[in-house]
Amino acid sequence: MFTAERVADKSDWITTDTGDWEIIIGLEIHAQVASEAKLFSGAPTQYGAEPNTQVTLVDAAMPGMLPVLNEYCVEQAVRTGMGMKAQINSFSRFDRKNYFYPDLPQGYQISQLYHPIVGEGKMLVELDEGESITVGIERLHLEQDAGKSIHDLDPNSTYVDLNRCGVALMEIVSKPDMRSSREAAAYVRKLRALVRYLGTCDGDMEKGNLRADVNVSVRRPGGELGTRCEIKNLNSMRFIQQAIEYEARRQIEILENGGEIDQETRLYNTDTGETRTMRSKEDAHDYRYFPDPDLLPVKLSEQWLAAIKADLPELPDEKKARFVSDYGLSDYDASVLVSDREKAAYYEEVAEGNDKKLAANWLLNEVFGKLNKENVDILDSPVSAVANRAIVGMISDKTISGKIAKQVFEICWEDGGDPAGIVEERGLKQVTDTGAIEAMIDEIITANPDQAAKVRDKPKTLGWFVGQVMQVSKGKANPQAVNEILRKKLLD
Amino acid sequence: MSTLNELTLAGAISGMKNKDFSSRELTQTHLDAIADADALNAFLVTTKEAALNMADASDVRRARGDVGPLDGIPLGIKDLFCTKGTRTTAGSKILGEFTPTYESTVSANLWRDGAVMLGKLNMDEFAMGSSNENSAFGPVVNPWRAKGKTQKLVPGGSSGGSAAAVTAGLCLGATATDTGGSIRQPASFTGTVGIKPTYGRCSRWGIVAFASSLDQAGPITRTVKDAAIMLGSMAGYDPKDSTSIKAEVPDFAASCTRSLKGLRIGVPKEYRVEGMPAEIEKLWADGMNWLRAEGCEIVDVSLPHTKYALPAYYIIAPAEASSNLARYDGMRYGVRVDGTDLTETYEKSRGQGFGEEVRRRIMIGAYVLSAGFYDAYYIRAQKVRARIAEDFKNVFERCDALLTPTAPSAAFGIGSRLNDPVQMYLNDIFTVTANLAGLPGISVPAALDSSGLPLGLQVIGKALDEETCFAIGGALERAADFNAKPDKWW
Repeated sequence: MFTAERVADKSDWITTDTGDWEIIIGLEIHAQVASEAKLFSGAPTQYGAEPNTQVTLVDAAMPGMLPVLNEYCVEQAVRTGMGMKAQINSFSRFDRKNYFYPDLPQGYQISQLYHPIVGEGKMLVELDEGESITVGIERLHLEQDAGKSIHDLDPNSTYVDLNRCGVALMEIVSKPDMRSSREAAAYVRKLRALVRYLGTCDGDMEKGNLRADVNVSVRRPGGELGTRCEIKNLNSMRFIQQAIEYEARRQIEILENGGEIDQETRLYNTDTGETRTMRSKEDAHDYRYFPDPDLLPVKLSEQWLAAIKADLPELPDEKKARFVSDYGLSDYDASVLVSDREKAAYYEEVAEGNDKKLAANWLLNEVFGKLNKENVDILDSPVSAVANRAIVGMISDKTISGKIAKQVFEICWEDGGDPAGIVEERGLKQVTDTGAIEAMIDEIITANPDQAAKVRDKPKTLGWFVGQVMQVSKGKANPQAVNEILRKKLLD
Repeated sequence: MSTLNELTLAGAISGMKNKDFSSRELTQTHLDAIADADALNAFLVTTKEAALNMADASDVRRARGDVGPLDGIPLGIKDLFCTKGTRTTAGSKILGEFTPTYESTVSANLWRDGAVMLGKLNMDEFAMGSSNENSAFGPVVNPWRAKGKTQKLVPGGSSGGSAAAVTAGLCLGATATDTGGSIRQPASFTGTVGIKPTYGRCSRWGIVAFASSLDQAGPITRTVKDAAIMLGSMAGYDPKDSTSIKAEVPDFAASCTRSLKGLRIGVPKEYRVEGMPAEIEKLWADGMNWLRAEGCEIVDVSLPHTKYALPAYYIIAPAEASSNLARYDGMRYGVRVDGTDLTETYEKSRGQGFGEEVRRRIMIGAYVLSAGFYDAYYIRAQKVRARIAEDFKNVFERCDALLTPTAPSAAFGIGSRLNDPVQMYLNDIFTVTANLAGLPGISVPAALDSSGLPLGLQVIGKALDEETCFAIGGALERAADFNAKPDKWW
């Protein structure tokens, strides 16, 4: 499924004196399962708790302690796999990955090397402006997180916090199917949206609940694949992109100077924007993986899988297709609306009982613009979806014009209140009474005979009269009615 | 009073029921016997005060008429079982003064049923060994000696402390664990009964792990019935151990006297190993005759992959051990020997904390799991393991249980085999197969050899069919009429 033959968009090539290069990127995403208990112990997973308070005897690897699989986490991994349209393996197993480190009390991490719970899949990833790529999924497996080593509290000691130790992670490994930092970012964005739709991971990158290891190599466009380096533990969209850019240029420079890339693990320094060696290939651990004898294989029945599948929420791709086919939205508008679960839910609430396209335009142009500008999350919007639904409703039944609608929205944003009430109280209702509009128009025509003559000459200047009417009516006159009456009076 | 420690566990239960003596008297007698047996080095810790308190509490319960199946019975606990508030060493220096804040499920089950804890029993370090010479706290000495000799003999291992304590009258029964024969071989060396139940019968929760896929707890006692009573309390499903089996615990004690009429007993030809002492060969034949007399049919069977069992075992067990013992890193509990950096601290702590045999097995385990060797060793050993399990499945279509010797020799001299680990590993030749296949196996004392040392016979049963093991074991015990005891020299 690996699409080695796909060559990057020319705009993504890096061009130097020696010619063009393209970047090959594969990602390993670590997504923390949104579970209240750890993967193999009943310890809670609350973020930001006092150090070493979310730790059981199992997490601290006391002698004789045994892991017991948290079935909820298994279910979330399966749901995520289904969301990625990936193969769900009805037989999977846990393996031990052995290495010594103080924040790994067992001396091994329980992971799934040989038989992951989820196998290959495919994800459609939307780029800007309606382009999209397909990214192959290699696998998804469950594993334990390690604890945290804190090196800067004491000059001679390292402190260890085991709160995170044993928390369930889904490691999602992509094929090397991305060709630029923007594609990589789009993939992460899509995956993040997906897990948030499913509720299997909260996607909070700041808290480290979703983080990425990035594999980067460079090659001449369409040429032989190069040697890759892995950049560990990137926890923001920006760092992912910067690290890729830096790393690609570093590799190109080495190659152009006649050097070779060493396959190694690197760290990204967020202060300098550079990557540096963490571990060379020679220093790579021999993890001595073998099946964990404390745990039984995970066997999933078809019946159980069918029940999980039936219970999945509508996912972004399906939702987008529905918005396009049933609501008549454009591909682009639909992708923006489904790009995260909250946005889509908000839209559906606004669109309920309203003209779907009008609702989409209203949100995309007005509401999202305002939220972006004020840097407010949609969940914290001072204007609720219900209020927006009322505003859109009033636009479509011509109670107010689009222009007045913006005013009403601003009032709601600043002072709160119910849109219909605001329109009523402040007399913002659109005037659709043709008699009243006609009277206004007659008055203006009478007062401006020269302009009236001009319009008869040049019909395009009718807009001047429209402006006058709107001014007199304080924007409340129905623009369509105004246009019609003006045409009848001046052009017929 | 002084003979209270010569009772069987079942005898002590009825003695207390008849008000012949109290648990306190029984317990005190055993504490005295322990105090008098330092030369055996069987107990690492005696929990005297706790024992007497538990005994008194039992006597109070008895006065109320509210007693459990093991009420008032003083037991020894192998030091591999974590005991709340009592130091637990696994026979190693590396755990230092580690004192668990929790109680293993198996020992907790015993206390639930009223038993009294006398203390913790010596063992081979991390249960690795067949002679108890690998304990960081010195070897356990077998109470048995060859006729007219004073040479100190090993009690077998790794549950050497358990076996020695039971045979010397230091406790009425003891917990033990068996990864490749560590219950049955010491039972054979000390003239006691030991059963390794089906893998998953007893919870492994709170037992310091050696090789997780092979480790099983079981009792060592003086009689088959005692073993059945004790196992009845130890066994049971435990949700804290994912490999524990959800199965009812039958009335094991009732099965000890069950008729054997019509049972087919398999005798595997591959267990007739080269160099096996004639006395063991003869004992095996006696065993067949005794069972024939009980109405059993003896059938020759073949377990063709037997010869690969020991090599497979010595790959799988060290592989799991190398990983299970990684947690002893000097970071959170136990011994830490500081080095100049983290790696050196690990190396020094583990290098000095673990004994030679444990270090050897960790090295073997790390080797067989390492890149490039995993397929050739570990994977191949697992395939052998599957074949061995299949061998048993096939023979159990033709017979109900198997009869074999427990060990290829009687107890040997302390220090006599230390220089040859492979010779030492051969001790497990008849016992490892049951661990690899997860099957129950019981060792019953059946005779003394010409030098006056006990020898055991082993019965291997079908999975979850300990009852047939007890039934056959009971019959062997009656037929052999084994009631020899070591002369007290300590």
